Amino acid sequence: MDISKFTSKKFLATAGVLLAILVFLATFPTYGSNSAVGIGLTILMYIILTVSWVMFSGPTGYMSLATAAFFGIGAYTCAFLYQKSGPLLPLPAVIIAGGLVSFIFAFVVGLVTLRLKGMYFAMFTFGFVMLLNQFMVYYELNILGARGQRVFPITNQTAFYIVLVILVLTLLAAYLIRRSRLGLAMQSIGENEEAAAHMGVNTTMVKVLTFAISAFFMGVVGATMAPRWEYVDPSVAFNMLYSFMPILMAVFGGMRELYGPVIGAAIFAYSERTLRLRFPYHYMLAFGIALILIIIFLPGGLTGLVPNLKDKLSGLIARLRKGGQSEQNANT
Amino acid sequence: MPILEGQGVTKFFGGLAAVSNVDFHVDQGEIVGLIGPNGAGKTTLFNLISAAFPISSGEIRFKGQKLNGLKPHQICKLGVARTFQETKVFANMPVLQNVLVGAFFGSPNRVSWADAAREATQALEFVELSAMSTIPAKDLTLVNQKRTELARALVTKPELLLLDELMAGLNPTEVSESMELVTRIRDRGITILMVEHVMKAIMGICERIMALHNGEKIAEGTCQEISCNKTVIEIYLGEEAHAGN
Ligand SMILES: Nc1ncnc2c1ncn2[C@@H]1O[C@H](COP(=O)(O)OP(=O)(O)OP(=O)(O)O)[C@@H](O)[C@H]1O
Ligand SMILES: [Mg+2]
Repeated sequence: MDISKFTSKKFLATAGVLLAILVFLATFPTYGSNSAVGIGLTILMYIILTVSWVMFSGPTGYMSLATAAFFGIGAYTCAFLYQKSGPLLPLPAVIIAGGLVSFIFAFVVGLVTLRLKGMYFAMFTFGFVMLLNQFMVYYELNILGARGQRVFPITNQTAFYIVLVILVLTLLAAYLIRRSRLGLAMQSIGENEEAAAHMGVNTTMVKVLTFAISAFFMGVVGATMAPRWEYVDPSVAFNMLYSFMPILMAVFGGMRELYGPVIGAAIFAYSERTLRLRFPYHYMLAFGIALILIIIFLPGGLTGLVPNLKDKLSGLIARLRKGGQSEQNANT
Repeated sequence: MPILEGQGVTKFFGGLAAVSNVDFHVDQGEIVGLIGPNGAGKTTLFNLISAAFPISSGEIRFKGQKLNGLKPHQICKLGVARTFQETKVFANMPVLQNVLVGAFFGSPNRVSWADAAREATQALEFVELSAMSTIPAKDLTLVNQKRTELARALVTKPELLLLDELMAGLNPTEVSESMELVTRIRDRGITILMVEHVMKAIMGICERIMALHNGEKIAEGTCQEISCNKTVIEIYLGEEAHAGN
């Protein structure tokens, strides 16, 4: 069997599909209605948050609930630098600044907390979001004198294009990290941190660095959404939904392959949007049931089905062939 | 000159002295056995050498360099590798990937992908696991998991290898194969300190033996000396003999 032919065919097919999706997305704002572009924007935002959450928490198994913190830090960085009354910096610089401030926060917080294991780490990251939220409430009321920040507005279309660029960069980073020695190190940490350390992996450095890289992308998205919403306050920026949703989406889609979280987030965010409008009281119930079913029956998530199906299919084909052969044998 | 040297090595867990004021040394090129009843402090001593825990008092030197205060990954990069009593393979990763981790991170220099892959393949060949390189480590038998750990340790190019009960749970054939493997490792110029309850293995390949009991060193000497040592027989060998019956 010629494997190289197979893989190159597969490679071309993948590249073709990706290109088609990219062209579709890049042209979407030109013909999509304003509200459709808005929905698309939300979906892309969730895909980025999910992919960047999986970037760190997927391989290491450290359950971070800090996504909302880094999203909010990005949003507030933007709110202070890109004010309605007059932006201090051009938008691209503001967005990168949002990512960098998140990166720095994650680095420092990571140094302190990534010694914590399991539940304690999850609880600390949860507390971190609460802390930032309360701090901003205090800071706005007592120091700035008013709740919330007005941000210089951008359109759905502009935000969509920016977020699309961020998405491509996030996927590229996630892909490269997975294939790099950093990815291997994270995986070994998730499998057995003690053994990894004794094999020469600087576990603290690896964890802190990847935690901070994933926070960069969360911050960049936050910084893009702030001017789209035109207004930021602590309950908007540090909304715990931004911590929980990406986890649900990642579990829903499956985390083994890079496209798992992408598909999970896309389906989840889209159906959340549409179901919430139609069944405002029951949509969460439906999600709850869907998630429970997936966790019980599809531990690998939605995309975990693919290798399963492949196995079954090739098993079936093999059996059919064998059956055919033995029949032939019986006939002769 | 000793490659590894400990002076007054002590470790407290709460009030319990798991290792108590132990002086020891391992010379370049030796195979040294470390024996003692359950709970004697053998694994704890390994954990102190490899910096899994900080030492309570005393000091350990490797090639003259003080190890106190270093982190496990730094110890590994200095040239001290180890295996674990309870195997700690990267369960869901293929065997080759397990070994690649050691190849990439175990040496102080930056290793290229090509070199890492070559070294990992060689290490697997050395422990005779080449045929299993694509199997997830969790699907291996105990002896093969232990060999994976061995390959993973060897690929970090250690000068000193700490083996914690490599033979435990193996059948007699596997034990003799492992003994042969350990001797081959030593012949590559790697010094070995091994914890073992399988006396046949200890007596068969070690040049020198240390015995621990309740965290203290109770004896040290050649195999002959140790097997005739009254305290060791009373505390350990006798007990083993009884257990054997
Ligand atoms: N992490 C730990 N925390 C608290 N106590 C510990 C820890 N590790 C070991 N001990 C205690 O230290 C003592 C020595 O344990 P150690 O594992 O070193 O014994 P060992 O000689 O390796 O025994 P075995 O032959 O059963 O492996 C035991 O009493 C054990 O309970
Ligand atoms: Mg032990």
